[in-house]
Amino acid sequence: MRVMSFHLMPYADLDVSMRDEYRSAWVVLPNSYFDPEKGHKLYNRYLDELELAAELGFDGVCINEHHQTAYGLMPSPVVMAAALSRRTKSCRIAILGNAFCLRDNPLTLAEEHAMIDVITGGRLITGFVRGVGSEYFSFGTNPVHSLERHKEANDLVVRAWTETGPFAFEGKHYNIPYVNIWPRPYQQPHPPIWCPSGGSVETIEWAAHPDRKYVYVQTYSPRETVARYLDLYRETAATKYGYEAKSDRIAWCAPVYVAETDEQAVNEAREHIEMMFNVLLPKYSELMFFPPGYMSPDSLKKVLAAKKGNRGGVTIEQLIDRGIIICGSPETVRNAITRAHHEMGFEEFMCMLMFGSMPAHLTEKNIRLFAAEVLPAIRALTEADYRGFEPVGRLAAQ
Amino acid sequence: MSFRTETLSLDGLSLRMRRGGSGAPLLYLHGTDGLSEWPAFLDALAERYEVFAPDHPGFGGTECPEWMDDVSDLAYFYLDVMDALGFRDARVVGHSLGGWIALEAAVRNQSRIKDLTLIASAGVHVRGHAKADIFMIDPDEQARLAYADPQMAEEAAQKALADKYQDVAITDRIASARFGWNPRFHNPRLGRWLHRVNAPTLIVWGEQDRIFPPVTGPAMQALIPGSQLVVIPDCGHLPHVEKMDATLAAMGCAR
Repeated sequence: MRVMSFHLMPYADLDVSMRDEYRSAWVVLPNSYFDPEKGHKLYNRYLDELELAAELGFDGVCINEHHQTAYGLMPSPVVMAAALSRRTKSCRIAILGNAFCLRDNPLTLAEEHAMIDVITGGRLITGFVRGVGSEYFSFGTNPVHSLERHKEANDLVVRAWTETGPFAFEGKHYNIPYVNIWPRPYQQPHPPIWCPSGGSVETIEWAAHPDRKYVYVQTYSPRETVARYLDLYRETAATKYGYEAKSDRIAWCAPVYVAETDEQAVNEAREHIEMMFNVLLPKYSELMFFPPGYMSPDSLKKVLAAKKGNRGGVTIEQLIDRGIIICGSPETVRNAITRAHHEMGFEEFMCMLMFGSMPAHLTEKNIRLFAAEVLPAIRALTEADYRGFEPVGRLAAQ
Repeated sequence: MSFRTETLSLDGLSLRMRRGGSGAPLLYLHGTDGLSEWPAFLDALAERYEVFAPDHPGFGGTECPEWMDDVSDLAYFYLDVMDALGFRDARVVGHSLGGWIALEAAVRNQSRIKDLTLIASAGVHVRGHAKADIFMIDPDEQARLAYADPQMAEEAAQKALADKYQDVAITDRIASARFGWNPRFHNPRLGRWLHRVNAPTLIVWGEQDRIFPPVTGPAMQALIPGSQLVVIPDCGHLPHVEKMDATLAAMGCAR
């Protein structure tokens, strides 16, 4: 198993009393709540944390993109990738992901990713995402065209990375008379493309297509949701496309906190993980994260039904019970990841070792303890530790 | 008044249309709320006119072809519809999104249009006066904002709450976003061509419209030569529902 360290770079210093006046830390929370001096310290601290993970032997560092929110301070993950590209020497740098389809010209991101790939000598992983629903409010991009633009942007970017230019790209949403990017990417034919998602049938069917076989990353979700979607990738490959998906196409990303004992881990993580789920995550309205057309009516109904009765007031005990986070002693954490791998067979694991309001000293302790006590054991996990895919029994049971 | 449902096949799509009454033709272009809640306003109009009330493509559970991208496409499509129905001098009445479609059609070709009635119409934006963001607020909140009368607002909110996961509610929102997401429910270039509208035009606005700001009414009137503006007091975004008689009277159709 390959293990990377993932950072959301939240605004940890957020004044949580904003909850009294504002319904969400997304889009509608005034940016007067952001203090640039605190932001300066946080950005540098967060980069230090990723660099520390790289030094301690993680297989890579991961960053992502969000807009107009205290949930994550990376409207441009490329900026962070650039900073990391010279301060890390051998690990992968995974942008998980960039929303190419939100841009009016996705080639600008294709160029920037190619630059990172060339600077790092081919250490880049490109995540192709559509952005969360609220980002269609931030950008003004029509969510009705989200899936169309996502697919067309992918065609444009892959062609720009792989075909000799100049050529004209003639699409529905993108028309570019001269496509001829300098530099071309270092990796051939192009950097690996991964598809992070909170769980989407449409994304899985697209990622698993034999022309692509992109890695599918299930972002933090309840245990049974993770299992359902990771299995769905294999199931889709087998029944829809007629091939066997390898475990190196399957990835999971989850918040992890490890401390000396289970009790200490819960005590140390509680305030910070609950701040993430109860302050940084809540949305303005049901529709803010699921704007019209962002997903099919059937998917929307399923998502809204699943979220019913799940508003705020989440406790760390619930998060652990439901398998949304992994928290405990080194042994507890090792066992949880080993068991999950046994059941789901993911060859790529991303751990979010800082979340919510977690301060620097606890984050550093978490990174060091994970690297020393968990990393060696889970990196040793192989395909032999996976029980294997049994589509009929398991999917039928769900 | 009984309406029958007809299908008009045109431009590669099937347009579902309710048709009823007798007299001169009147084309009603609905707003983002669609026609799933049938307005009694149309029954009243059918006492004087032959009323044609189509579901815009994508609304009411109907198909929207992939090529139909924006209100410009809808405007040309409805010009084709008016050709196909052989209108000579139709009254065209549009609410919200429907008013915008009527205006976009009229600046292109008003040869089949006798006059226009624009009720709390989209299409024109007054800088600095934001509309309510119906895509961000939840449906019950939107319904509450749509009425001036607190009791009607509360009833509408309860109904929206019950209906919001229904297929038609979801697909109506998708269709509304397709045509009105960005810029929200207007075309920044439309204003510079509204001087071309010479069909007599009536603009109706609710004085307490909390969805589309009433300040838009005078701005629209200034752009359309000879147009008339009627502002209805104690009325929200749905004058033809909340103040049906006053709206009919403004149209010269008092009962």
